[in-house]
This record gives sequence, structure tokens and C-alpha cells, in this order.
Amino acid sequence: MTREIAVVAFAQTEHRRTSDELSEVEMLMPVLHEVLDQTGLKTSDIGFTCSGSSDYLAGRAFSFTLALDGVGAWPPISESHVEMDGAWALYEAWTKLLTGDADTALVYAYGKSSPGSVRDVLTRQLDPYYVAPLWPDSVALAALQAQALIDAGDTDEPALAAVAARSRDAASANSHAQLRGSVPQGEYVVHPLRTGDCPPISDGAAAVVLAAGDRARELCERPAWIRGIDHRIEAHSLGVRELTDSPSTRLAAEKAGAFERPVDTAELHAPFTSQEVVLRKALRLGDEVRVNPSGGALAANPIMAAGLVRIGEAAARIHRGESDRALAHATSGPCLQQNLVAVLEGEPRHAQ
Amino acid sequence: MPSEPVAVVGIGQTRHVAARRDVSMAGLVREAAQRALADAELTWADIDAVVIGKAPDFFEGVMMPELYLADALGAVGKPMLRVHTAGSVGGSTALVATNLVRSRVHATVLTLAYEKQSESNAMWGLSLPIPFQQPLLAGAGGFFAPHVRAYMRRSGAPDTVGSLVAYKDRRNALKNPYAHLHEHDITLEKVQASPMLWDPIRYSETCPSSDGAVAMVLTDRAGAARSPRPPAWLHGGAMRSEPTLFAGKDAVSPKAGSDCAADVYRQAGIADPRRDIDAVEMYVPFSWYEPMWLENLGFAAEGEGWKLTESGVTELDGDLPVNMSGGVLSTNPIGASGMIRFAEAALQVRGLAGEHQVDGARRVLGHAYGGGSQFFSMWLVGSEPPTS
Amino acid sequence: MTTEILKAPLVVEFPFTRSLGPVQSAFLTGLREKVVLGVRTTDGRTLVPPVEYDPVTADELRDLVEVAPTGTVTTWAWNHAPRRGQPLDTPFAWVLVRLDGADTALLHALDAPGPDAVHTGMRVRVRWAAERSGAITDIACFEPYDSEVEAQPTDHDGQFEDMVTGIVAQARLDYTYSPGRAQTAYINALADRRIVGERCPSCRKVYVPPRGACPTCGVGTAEQVEVGPGGTVTTYCIVNIKARNLDIEVPYVYAHIALDGADLALHGRIGGIPYDQVRMGLRVEPVWTEGGRYPDHYRPTGEPDADYETYKESL
Repeated sequence: MTREIAVVAFAQTEHRRTSDELSEVEMLMPVLHEVLDQTGLKTSDIGFTCSGSSDYLAGRAFSFTLALDGVGAWPPISESHVEMDGAWALYEAWTKLLTGDADTALVYAYGKSSPGSVRDVLTRQLDPYYVAPLWPDSVALAALQAQALIDAGDTDEPALAAVAARSRDAASANSHAQLRGSVPQGEYVVHPLRTGDCPPISDGAAAVVLAAGDRARELCERPAWIRGIDHRIEAHSLGVRELTDSPSTRLAAEKAGAFERPVDTAELHAPFTSQEVVLRKALRLGDEVRVNPSGGALAANPIMAAGLVRIGEAAARIHRGESDRALAHATSGPCLQQNLVAVLEGEPRHAQ
Repeated sequence: MPSEPVAVVGIGQTRHVAARRDVSMAGLVREAAQRALADAELTWADIDAVVIGKAPDFFEGVMMPELYLADALGAVGKPMLRVHTAGSVGGSTALVATNLVRSRVHATVLTLAYEKQSESNAMWGLSLPIPFQQPLLAGAGGFFAPHVRAYMRRSGAPDTVGSLVAYKDRRNALKNPYAHLHEHDITLEKVQASPMLWDPIRYSETCPSSDGAVAMVLTDRAGAARSPRPPAWLHGGAMRSEPTLFAGKDAVSPKAGSDCAADVYRQAGIADPRRDIDAVEMYVPFSWYEPMWLENLGFAAEGEGWKLTESGVTELDGDLPVNMSGGVLSTNPIGASGMIRFAEAALQVRGLAGEHQVDGARRVLGHAYGGGSQFFSMWLVGSEPPTS
Repeated sequence: MTTEILKAPLVVEFPFTRSLGPVQSAFLTGLREKVVLGVRTTDGRTLVPPVEYDPVTADELRDLVEVAPTGTVTTWAWNHAPRRGQPLDTPFAWVLVRLDGADTALLHALDAPGPDAVHTGMRVRVRWAAERSGAITDIACFEPYDSEVEAQPTDHDGQFEDMVTGIVAQARLDYTYSPGRAQTAYINALADRRIVGERCPSCRKVYVPPRGACPTCGVGTAEQVEVGPGGTVTTYCIVNIKARNLDIEVPYVYAHIALDGADLALHGRIGGIPYDQVRMGLRVEPVWTEGGRYPDHYRPTGEPDADYETYKESL
């Protein structure tokens, strides 16, 4: 019988435009403390640690080796790192717990987008021979996808603006979000996307504790059980892919069991409003699903942590009894090239 | 329920060289992947997931290269992970792949590691300027040389020990068609006469900078039963990390390394590594790390590792051969080196190491380390399935 | 008292030398020759730009075809504020263009007067760069061009005289680096010629340079503790290879120095003594230069060497 793994704690920074006064570890450490405090665990109680980050974001090679100082890796710990969003670090930790090697895992992710020019940094992800030399920035690529959606009749500028407004409005209730309340849709950045259609530039960090079986029940009153989690990648070239759809998201959702029963909440990692349109379609989310009650990546986009934050936000709602079955999604690469879907559930609530 | 046994049924690597100018980055990894698939007599369609690892993205100037490499590695429509744990990454990547099989999430996984260093150069990649910090060193050798000096002082080892390691590894490399450095006219005298780069480390005791890739196909019991050639079986695997710098750190024999080895030995039922393990592929980028790691890994008592080297125990025909492939001293695509150690260990127990095969090698340790001697990953593979 | 936030520019720049596979070599050389190549898949699709490996089957692709330099826009985005490195300095549209005969689209720029002049489905053609070297930028951009669709790709052997086998991809990224609270305090103290570390409230060790977190305890350090000025060389190496970006003459001694009061050795250069006389246990002190941000080097104090027992824990 496969082990049950749950998210038992979640913490995040108040994501901000800059964090110049703090180094990466100084930004991250309070989040680690908070998530451990929630469970009463110390680093030495944790069976496995895994993190996600990207050297390129802040221009520092090996930056994750310094972030480890915030964990207190002494005596030595079983620890790993992916150069990907923390959602994939969570995936690695999940597989580790499934093996039975450990009963608890600490997963964290951080990213400072402020030091560099994120739009240009992300061009380094692109085909080094045919595309990167043209420096097409992240907004430009998302705009190509948005136009394709408009051409297909899947959306229009008012609908995109509505996604933006709804997201930031929801974020009013989220003290960790950066863009909260009424935010002007603004001028075009790259047509058809306006400022409001784009994510903020954020510095931030997030952490999650995973636990297996009874250990999860000891650490959390209402664990958010990971009923399924899967991720898939598509071909790299934009000219080969169907930009108005996300087959990898759909496939990951299928494999994660997302379509077996309806979800009440979906935290989607859609940095651009147009991408929410694509994801809703791929995930068959109707209006009855609460999408991005946290505000999503449009309200705070700490790159490398934003996907992990989606999982954490969905889990936290289950912990608080605001959700019973939630979907969390994370993405990586240009125009939703790679996608991860997790399905989380809380146990039925009994009358006390 | 115990975890699923893991078998290595395919291994492939590129002929490692200073610069591969005939392939793109995709072509480089593809070559290793295809050789691994061919070895396993499998196709892309048989692979359920891909786990790739490499060292800092700045080395090739491509951020998160798994995105660009997905097509080349048959990963479209599949899960793909990219691991990065500094120098130990090749080992960690393999272990992450084993977890996918052990947990039964996937049945057959392709794992790879690579570096195409020649797109930039190693010295630049390892020495990116950091404002407000006094630039004192370029390259990795200067960082590790003081620790080597500390070891020499602590152990009282004669100062020729390092040259013996280099001489051995470079001669072993001559028997490995994939190794980068093939120094046909190498002699011990030449090694000892080579200039000091970071005293006490000589030029000839220093790893090269290589372009290269290595790949393995990992599978479960059912997959192993279909394997055309004998598999290597995972008997134990572990990762340990400690902080880069901290008060009281033993940089010569880091606790993370010895703890990691102890965990692997426990899983594999190894009571006495010197006796129970037949050979070792360990990450030795600077010659003196062989005696240092021999102690750290429990093959020799503290201060005695150099005696194994000096007495010839670690020679290819010795009682505990170390780095039969030529090791990192002969081949070093940084992101791949850890996985090359793991792959070479597996080749040995499969009996497929050709001219550098250790006769009767049934249990071999693969070892990788990275960062400021802080990240360690190791696996023990055997010719028989694990008993537990 | 607010501490001024220290910042400095950090430029990461390199002319990456990228070798090409045969299909890429053919395509880019073709561009130099004003020929646009695509590649055929086993199921008869034509991919432009020609990729090395089939995105659907993972097969290696080799069968090249020549396609027309005319095509159709499949999607677009108006870029009114071009950024550094982008194909045009003046506002342009990013486009995906499916060249006639191709089943996939190529990403590039379209030179058009404004967003109103661009639409999905419009016809365009390649505008070649005046000087071409075998790179994607040999296509300077696309331009509007009404024409009939010419959908007959013809086989091509991919061979040209003087094949391009590599590209140089100059890439520069500008960052602003800030060291953070702990390092800022350290740097500011250095300006006063004081070496100040921070003590961990849990294990009480003094970290120099401070990193904001005690790495073994995982808690923030804060208590400022001045250390030194004297210290002991615990270990060292003699550097003989001069690195391009370092302003230090070789040979020089790079040492770990455990300053008095610090629980961790920091790294510095030893000067004021012949390099071959440096030894473990040597007592040293910092030498500051006018306006220097950190000690230029450490020189012997003249005290007797420290006993091995006193510093061997630092090894």
C-alpha cells in the first residue's frame, strides 16, 4: 500500500519588489523558522531537505550553497537541490518520502528577481542557437501566446483585464501578496499585454513541510494529503507547440487524478493573465471553482518560489478548512512549456 | 512495503575531450543517451522519465537547459527533472533517478549528466566576480590546496603521495577509451617535475576541463529481467550536505562524507569497507584527495590513507583499486563527473569495463562530492540483486 | 540609525562559443547564403527552423529541404520599446512565421509601421542582413510582402562552401548586487579598518566574515564582535598561476587566517615575507592601504609561531 504524503505546514515571505537590505539567506531564514515552528520540528527532526532556486536570477553561481546556511545543516543532513521552481523540489521530496527513507521533508525555494532584469534573464532559457540571440523577453513570448488566444476567440483584452482585476482583488485578503486591491491595467508592455496582464517583479521565498502517514497527523490537525502529483514537459520551440492549449498540463492533471472528482479550489501558476485562460481550458475548470484565491502569480511572482507557493496556498486552505479538494499547478519555461499538477485533499471534517 | 530494487541496465558516455566542436549541446547529451539506450536495447519510447543534472548554468550560458534539451532526450510528454548540487550533481542526479524507481512512480528512467565547458571556460565559470569581495583566487585548485596542505601536516604523509595518485590515474586512463587525457608517455618523474600550480598541487595532479556526457538507464526488477546484459544492482545510496564554511569544520575529512558513506554501508550490509568492497570510483579532482577520501570513506584509519596509495593497494591490480577509469584527474566535465563515477562503478560489477575491468569486482562504490567539500552523494552497486 | 544599502553593479558577460550539429550548421550556413532550409520528419512534416531532433518521436532528423523566404504570420505581438540585443532598434512586431512549405513557425521580428499594420495571416518575407555570417541574425527581420503561397519545398543536401560550424553568442546580463545586512555591516567596519564578525546566539561562535546566519544552527547572527587584529595562519597554498582577472603578482601565498577571537578562518594573502618561508602557525596582522576596502594582505607580526595544538581544530 503506497504511503500517504501530506503538506503539513507552509510559510512564505511578504513578497516585495526589492529586498536590497537582505541577502538571500537573510530573506529565506525567517520563512524556514516559521514553517518549522508551525510543526514544532527542528532541522535535526527533518528526514530530507530539498530546495529550488536558479543561479541565473541573481547572477550568482552556486547561490544555493549559501542559502543552506539558513537551514542549519549540522550535523550533516540528507539534502538535495533542483535548479527549478520549488514545486519540483517538492516533487523530489515527495518521491523520497514514498521510498520510506524519511518520514518528513523540508522543501524551500527562493528567488530575487530584483537584482537583474528578469525579462532579459529569462531569454537565456531559450534555444541558444536560433532564439536566444534575438533576446525575445518573457513578456514578448507571453504576448505571442496571448495574441494566439485572441485570434482563436478564446479571450479578448477585457477578459484578460478581468482576470487581472479579480486576482489583485482576491489578493487584498493576502498579506503576503505584493499587488493587492485595485491596480490599474495600464499601458501596453508588449501588445496585447498591458502592465496589468503581467506579473509584478518580486523577491520572495517559501517553504513547506511534508510528512508521511501518521507522522502527518501528529504534525497537523488537518493535513493536506497529496492524492496525486505529476509533471510533464512539451517541445521547446514555440513554433512547434499549440500555444492556445497546454497538453502537458492536461496530461499531468490526468496522471495526478485531477479529473476523477471536481475540485473546489485551484491555485494556478499563471504569471500572465492569458496563461490563466489556457490553464483553465486544459484543466477544465468551470466557474464554480475558486481560482487563485491567493491572487496567484499576478499578485506576487517570486520566481523559483511561485510554483511552490501555489501548492502551499492550496494546502493552507485545506488546513484552515476552506477547501476540501484543491488543485495546485506550477509552470516552468517559455509559454507554459513544462507543467506540474498536484491534487490535494483534506479528510472529511467530522462534527466536533 | 520495501522499496523496489533498482537495476542499471544501460550505460553510455561520450569520448570526453577538451572541446567537442562537432556537436551542439543537444548532440552531446544525445550521444551518451543513445549509447545507454543501445546498451540496454531499449528505445526512447521505453523511458518513462528523464532526470538530468549539471553544474552551474553560467558554464554554458544556458539557463535551465532541460527546457531546450527536452526534444533531444525524448522527454516530450514525459516528466523531466534537473538536479543541481554543485560538483556532486552527477551523483545526486543518479540518486534522484533511483528514487523514482524505488518508489515505483516510474519503471524505467533515463538519467544523464553533462558539461560542455568549452562554450565558456572553467576558470571563468568558477570565478564570477562578486562585488565587495576581495578577489584572491581563480579556479578551484587554490580553494582546495590549503586543505591538502592541512592533510599532509596532519598525516605526516611523504610529499610524493600526490604524484603517485596522478601517475596511477593517468595510466589507468590509457585503458579507458572514453577518458579525456591519454598521456601515452607519462612517467612518474614527469609528474613529479611538473610545475606547482597551487603549492602543494602540481599541474599534473590537477583535473582537466572537459566536454562530456554520461547516461544510464535505470529500471525495476521486471525491467532487469529483460535486460540483454547483466545489470548492476543498487545496494545502497545516500546524499549528505553540511555547510560550506563553519566553525569546527573538518575540511580534510568532512563529516558529511563519512556520514554519507556510513549510511550507504548500512543499507548495503557492509561491515568492513576495506574488506567488503572490491573497488572504488571516487571523486578525486586533485591527487591528494585519494588518500583523504580513503580515510573519509572508512577504507583506512585517520592519517593512514596515504599508506594504501603508497603501497600500491589502490592500483588497478591492487587489493582495492581506486579510479580504474582514470578518475576525475583524467576526465572532468564538471557536471558529469559525479555520474561518471557512479556509471563506472556499475560498469565494473556488470563486467563491462573492458581493459580497465577489475576481475571479480562484485561490489563497487561510486562517490561524488561538490561545493566547498560539503555535498556528498554515493552509491554502492553489486552484481547480484540486494538481499534486503 | 539606518545603514545605507550597499549596492554595486555586477556584469556577467561572455562570448559563448557554440559548436553546431550538422542540421544547425546547414541551416545557419544556408542563411548566410540567403537560403532557408527546413528538415523533414519521418511522417512527412517540414520543420522550419530545422531542429536536430523530432519533437514528437525524438528521431534524429537529417533530410533537409529548401523552403521559400516568404511566409505567413501565425501570431504576433507589438513591441513598442525594443530592448538591448533585440533585432531592431525601432518598434517592431515579434512574429511567428510559417514559411511557405513549412509545417512549423520560426520566431523573429517584423518591421512594420505600427500594430495596425500587423495581423495574423498576413504575408511576409525575409529581409536579409547586409552582412551575414551564419547566424539567425542573418535574417535581419521580416517585412510585409504580399505574394502567393509557394508551398513546394525541394530537397537540399545541406552542403555549402565553407560550412559554418559554430556561432559566437555574446551575452551580457547586468545585475545590481547587494550584500545584505550582515555583510554590509562587515564591509562598513572594514572601511574603519576594523574586522567585525557576528556571534551566533545559540552556539556562541563568532563568524568572520558574517553571513547573517549561523550555518550550523540555522539562526540569525547579530551580536557584533570585533576580532583580530592579529591572527594565525592555519593553512595555505602558494599560487603560481596568475589569473586574468586578478591583480596579484605570482607567486603569492593564499592563506586561511584564524583571527584572534574568530571561530572560523578567513582567507587572505600573505605578504611581507618570502613565500617559501610562510608556514602553518605563523602569526600575522592585517596591512591596510589608503582607501582600500579590505586588508591588502597580512604580514608577520614577529611573534613566535602559534603552537599546532592551538589551531589544529581549524584545519
